[in-house]
Amino acid sequence: MSATTTKPSLLNRRRTGSLAWHLGALLVLAVILYPVVWVIGASFKPSKDIINSLTLFPSHPILSNFKSLAEGIADVSIWTFFQNSLFYAVGAVVGVLVSCSLTAYAFARIRFAGRNLLFSLMIGTLLLPYHVLLIPQYVMFQKLGWINTYAPLLIGKYLATEAFFVFLMVQFMRNLPRELDEAARLDGCGHFRIYWSIVLPLCRPALITSAIFTFINAWNDFMGPLIYLNEPGKYTVSLGLMMFRDSDGVAANYGGMIAMSLVALLPVLLFFLAFQRYLIDGMATSGLKG
Amino acid sequence: MGTAVTLVKDSAPAARRAHPAAPATLRRRGRRENLAGYLFMSPWIAGFLLLTAGPMVASLYFAFTDYNLFNTPKWVGLDNFTRMFDDPRWQKSVEVTAKYVVIGTPIKLLLALGVALLLAQSRRGQAFYRAAFYAPSLIGASVSVGFVWRSLFSDGAIVDRTQSFLGFHVGGWVGNPDWILYSLVALTAWQFGAPMVIFLAGLKQVPRELYEAAEMDGAGPFRKFWNITLPMISPVLFFNVLLETIHSFQIFGSAYVVSNTQCGPADATLVYTCYLYQQGFKNAQMGFAAAMAWMLLLAVALVTAVLFWSQKKWVHYEEDAR
Repeated sequence: MSATTTKPSLLNRRRTGSLAWHLGALLVLAVILYPVVWVIGASFKPSKDIINSLTLFPSHPILSNFKSLAEGIADVSIWTFFQNSLFYAVGAVVGVLVSCSLTAYAFARIRFAGRNLLFSLMIGTLLLPYHVLLIPQYVMFQKLGWINTYAPLLIGKYLATEAFFVFLMVQFMRNLPRELDEAARLDGCGHFRIYWSIVLPLCRPALITSAIFTFINAWNDFMGPLIYLNEPGKYTVSLGLMMFRDSDGVAANYGGMIAMSLVALLPVLLFFLAFQRYLIDGMATSGLKG
Repeated sequence: MGTAVTLVKDSAPAARRAHPAAPATLRRRGRRENLAGYLFMSPWIAGFLLLTAGPMVASLYFAFTDYNLFNTPKWVGLDNFTRMFDDPRWQKSVEVTAKYVVIGTPIKLLLALGVALLLAQSRRGQAFYRAAFYAPSLIGASVSVGFVWRSLFSDGAIVDRTQSFLGFHVGGWVGNPDWILYSLVALTAWQFGAPMVIFLAGLKQVPRELYEAAEMDGAGPFRKFWNITLPMISPVLFFNVLLETIHSFQIFGSAYVVSNTQCGPADATLVYTCYLYQQGFKNAQMGFAAAMAWMLLLAVALVTAVLFWSQKKWVHYEEDAR
C-alpha cells in the first residue's frame, strides 16, 4: 500500500464516520423533538383531526383553538391560572434562593459543632421519598387551616427543604478561594457581611441554576396543587389544564386542550432556550461530586 | 489556616500576656462560630424538624392507627399492614410499579449512556444536540406532555398507525391494559437527557492517555469501552442508577394524567403512589396511606442499601490521582 492510496482512504473513513455520527444524532433528535413539534402543529388543527391526521402541520391552520382559550374554562379566565402559577413559581424562587444559600453558607464556610452530622442528614433527605411526608404534612396543614392556600406549597421553599439546591450551592461555595473570607475577616467583617457582599455575588451561576430549576419545578408541579388547592380560581396552570379533559377521556374542546398544553409549555421552553447553559452545567456538576 | 490568621488578630492585645489566654480565645471564637453556624442554619433546622423529622414520626404513628382526618386516630396495631398485604389492589400496585422500575430505568439509562458515548466524540453541533436531548427532562413531568402522550398513543394516532404498518396491530396503547404501562416506559425513556448530561460530564474526565496506551496495545473500541470507559465512569453510573431508580419508584403525575386520572384501565397504571393518593385523599384512609408510605420508604431504603453494598464490587473510585 503506497502513501498516496492510504491518505484519501483515511480521509474517507473519517468522513463516513462523521456522516454516521450526524445521522445517528439526527435520528435521536427527530424522536426527541417529535412530540414537541406535534403539539405545535396540532394546536392549529380542528379538534377532529388532532389524533387521526398524520401530517404534522395542517394545510389550513386555524386559530379557533387559541381563540377558545380566551373564553376561559368553568368561568375562570386562563389568565388567572397563569397569574397563580407565576405567583407560586416566583414565591418559590425567592424562598429557595434565600434559605438554601444561607444554609449552604453555613455548611461551606462556618466551622460549627455538629456540622458533619447535619450535612449527612441533609444529604439523607435527598433520597427520602416525598410521599412519606405527604399524609402527615397534609394533616398538619389541614389543622392549621392552610388548605386551599399556597402556604403549604411554599413554606418548604422558605425552610430550605430543597436539599438538592443546598447541595449545589455548597459545592459551589467550597470552590471559592478562602483567602477572600480571610481578607474580609481581617477588615472586621462578620459572617453576614462575608455572605452578603462576597460569597453571594460570586455564587451567581449556582444561584441562577437553582432559581431556574425552582421556577420550572414549581411551574410543572402537579401533585402539590392537586392535593392542596380545591377551588378553580386558585388553580395553577397544571390544574387548569386538567379541567379541559372530560371524565370519559374525550375532551369537549380537544383543540382547546392541546392549544392550552402548548401555551403552558411555553414559559419552560423559553427559560430553557435562554438559560440552557446554566441548567445543563448545574445538572452535570451534581453528578460528579456526589 | 483561617483560624490561625484571625486568632492572631483577636488575641493581639492578649498576646503580651501569658500563653493560657490562647485556648480561651479559641474557645470563645469556637462558641461564636457555633452561634453563627446555627443562626445561618436556622431555616433548614426549622424545616427539617417541622417538615421532615416531625412528619416522619407522625406518619409512623398514623401507620398503626385508623384515621380519616376527622376522627381521633385509633390505635389498630398492625391492622393496616395485614390489610395491605391481603389487598389485591395493593399487590397490583406493587406489581405495576416494579414492572415500571425494572423495565423503564434500564432502558432510560442505556439510552442515556449510548447517546452520551455518541455525543462524547466532539464534533460540530455537539452542544446543540446535548441541549436538545436534555429538553424533555424539563418538560416530561408536566400535564401538557401527559396530554400529548395520551394523544400520541391513542387509537389511530402515530404510534398505532406505525405499529399497524409494521404488521402487528394493537390499537391505541392508552386504552389497552396490556400496553398502557409501556407508554409510560416510553415517556420516561424520552427523558434520558438528564442522566445523559451526567454521563457526558463523567466521560469528559476520563484521561485521554489511557485510551492512547490501550491503542498502543492494540485494543479495539469494545475493549476500550469495557476496560477503560466503564470502570472510569462507574461512580457516575452508580449515581445515575441510584437516582433514577429512587425516582421511578415515586412516579405519579405522568401515570395519573396519561391514564386520564383513572390509573387504569383495569388498574394497569395503578402505580404505588397513585394507589396511595386514592386511599389517602379519595377514601380518607390516612392510616392506611401512611402505612403504604412507610412500605415505600422501606422498599427505597432496601434498594439503596443493596446498591451501596454492591458498589464495592463494580464501582471504582480513583485514589485521588491529582
